[in-house]
Amino acid sequence: MTTIAEQETRAVIKSAVLSQGAWQKILAFASLIALMAVFSIASENFLQRDNLIGILQATAVNGVLAVAATFVIITGGIDLSVGTLMTFCAVIAGVFLTYWGLPMPVGILAAIAAGALCGSISGAIIAKMKVPPFIATLGMMMLLKGLALVISGTRPIYFNDTPNFPMISQESLIGTILPFLPIPNGVLILFVVAIVSSIVLTRTALGRYTFALGSNEEAVRLSGVNTDFWKIIVYTVSGAICGIAGLIIASRLNSAQPALGQGYELDAIAAVVIGGTSLSGGRGTILGTIIGALIISVLTNGLRILSVAQEWQTVVTGIIIILAVYADILRRKGQG
Amino acid sequence: MTPLVTIRNLDKAFPGVQALKQARFELLPGEVHALMGENGAGKSTLMKILAGIYQKDAGEIRIEGASVDIPSPRAAQDLGISIIHQELNLMNDLTAAQNIFIGREPKRALGIFLDEDALNRNAAAIFERMHLRLDPRVEVGKLTVAKQQMIEIAKALSFRSKVLIMDEPTAALNNAEIAELFRIIRQLKAEGVGIVYISHKMDELKEISDRVTVMRDGEYIGTMPTASTSVDTIISMMVGRSLTETKTEVPDLLKHDVVLEVRNLRRDPAIRDVSFSLRKGEILGFAGLMGAGRTEVARAIFGADPLDGGEIIVRGRPVKIHSPRDAVRLGIGYLSEDRKRFGLATGMDVATNIVMPCLNRFVSLRAFLKMREIKETARSYIKQLRIKTPSETQETRLLSGGNQQKIVIAKWLARDCEILFFDEPTRGIDVGAKNEIYKLLNTLAAQGRAIVMISSELPEILRMSHRIAVMCEGRLTGELPAEGTTQEDIMRLATQRRSVTAVTANTATEGTMT
Repeated sequence: MTTIAEQETRAVIKSAVLSQGAWQKILAFASLIALMAVFSIASENFLQRDNLIGILQATAVNGVLAVAATFVIITGGIDLSVGTLMTFCAVIAGVFLTYWGLPMPVGILAAIAAGALCGSISGAIIAKMKVPPFIATLGMMMLLKGLALVISGTRPIYFNDTPNFPMISQESLIGTILPFLPIPNGVLILFVVAIVSSIVLTRTALGRYTFALGSNEEAVRLSGVNTDFWKIIVYTVSGAICGIAGLIIASRLNSAQPALGQGYELDAIAAVVIGGTSLSGGRGTILGTIIGALIISVLTNGLRILSVAQEWQTVVTGIIIILAVYADILRRKGQG
Repeated sequence: MTPLVTIRNLDKAFPGVQALKQARFELLPGEVHALMGENGAGKSTLMKILAGIYQKDAGEIRIEGASVDIPSPRAAQDLGISIIHQELNLMNDLTAAQNIFIGREPKRALGIFLDEDALNRNAAAIFERMHLRLDPRVEVGKLTVAKQQMIEIAKALSFRSKVLIMDEPTAALNNAEIAELFRIIRQLKAEGVGIVYISHKMDELKEISDRVTVMRDGEYIGTMPTASTSVDTIISMMVGRSLTETKTEVPDLLKHDVVLEVRNLRRDPAIRDVSFSLRKGEILGFAGLMGAGRTEVARAIFGADPLDGGEIIVRGRPVKIHSPRDAVRLGIGYLSEDRKRFGLATGMDVATNIVMPCLNRFVSLRAFLKMREIKETARSYIKQLRIKTPSETQETRLLSGGNQQKIVIAKWLARDCEILFFDEPTRGIDVGAKNEIYKLLNTLAAQGRAIVMISSELPEILRMSHRIAVMCEGRLTGELPAEGTTQEDIMRLATQRRSVTAVTANTATEGTMT
């Protein structure tokens, strides 16, 4: 018979050494390093500076979307609309800047505000109308895809009248200060979004309620917390972050491509899951999500360098997702 | 003295049910007031109204003499009313301190960032007030149920509650943990907190409560001082009739075949060399403290957990049981202590649940369900076991604990199981329904089924068993006959540990065992 005292000591030790899915984070990080090691041995081009920067560049959009999805997934929900919301926000920026010729900051704010608004609508549908998140955001995904096409007349909107627009993602602020490190602004934005999100999740009431909702929503409600309100806020924040992703992708393509977006949500969710965030809610970290997004990019990039066909890249990513989650299940069992 | 709570003429209806009719209740400061009644008597509804979870239809609630409205849990908290639910409402992924102060986190100067240090300090202060040794930073999901309950109490205290409602607080606690809980209750009482204590356990009520109010069918029956009221009186008030507790006649079982024999069962560290046999028609009571390894033995025999060693012989034939599927094929059924998690698909109806283990008997052309036969079978069990349900299409989650338990029993009867393991068959079931379960167990045994009954309630063990096996720390420490055995005899074996020195950590928790 294990006594209460023993169990507790063990629990304390466990929580001190490996808290909040730290194990899987370590595992994910180790996999990232291992992948990079393999690819750098297989091809001397892999560790080139430009290639590494390319990997980061390729991570920017998916990384930001994955951060957005992390918020929602920690509440125990799911957001299938992040990809098309990103596109919708890009189109909104196009409308403000190219159609209406407004100054760039207005366009940026409009894109983020549009994201927040759509997020709050999803949140309200889920919290107030009690539509399951999967369905609510599935509907939102299709609705936004359609709206983006309607607003743009199914044609790309180019930002030729706003010459500074590509700067958002392509230029390198860091590069002007540290010339040997030309990291594009898109990557910089990813890191800023990640750091701020991480602080919000761990240090603010919003973050606390995000985890609490995913852990036991009824308990939170019975504690006198306005759970509906906070849930809407979480989706709003997530939507605003999608708006930022929309700006990055629009800036990189120097255009809002209304047909783009669908499929991005699955890459984002994959990154979140590889990073150790539980789909049942209550657990997760931004750092894990970023590592997850990097793993996907490294894999894609490395396999391309090795001239593996793109179809196979997708196969490998699929296997990695299953393995990542299985590793987490094994770990939990071991703790049991 | 102004009562803390006065409830008068409270009505509450749910669709199809009048849950409360002119209900009354009164709570004084520094009083432990037991609220009793069979399941469905309206105790929980009444308390949920007081805690702001449900809204009353009519009637009056006064808090310290002032008439109040309690539209939400928040409003109840502001009035100093806290409730600790039977199913604990904690966020397992958050720490103890984070749970206690959810919704009221202390903030740093800016008002944006949480002050985690203050949070942990405040929680530690409350634990200290409770004389509880607990790290505020420990994740709640990793604590024992008893400690989780302490955290719920700490949470209630953090609201400076004057009224604390506890719904079946000891349902999942062992004796040492109950003693700890009672210590804290007495301390709160001394500080003037009024405590409403909902429980089915008579001995506990006798020990802890000052007054007892009995409810039946949503109505107020009466309030009595606990000390001067006999258990029989309380029970007869609850059920509206007197129940006679009769000791089971122990049948002569020697001429019956041994249907199950277990030799040297091992599963480290939970099961250490357990051997026993079970005859047809026998009820073997498995006694012991919580965590003694009784459930583990049942689960191991049932194939739910892997074995490290030992033999299992069913009807004279040595068998290997690798999965519950194997066990069921051999006619072994296991009724889990946690009905809701392991016993029932609560969202599905009565008929579906009953035929679940033998669904292949109700399939035509390998695909289509024979709906009519399923219904007929379900109806026959509803009648046979006297399951109180409007129909066989009722969702099981809407039924009372006792009726849910009967459905689980029906499941295994429908599957023709001859050897049945009942794990805490009457946990959370009220007195009247308990008696029905007892009768049912006796009938099943009389029909020739072999029964192992795991129970932590000694009166239940003594009353039902034909033979009593006692476990402690994974070992079988003794077997006792039903005749002439006392609770003390069982407790002696249940606390008989092999080596005290090897497990000194245990003494602290078990020292208070009675």
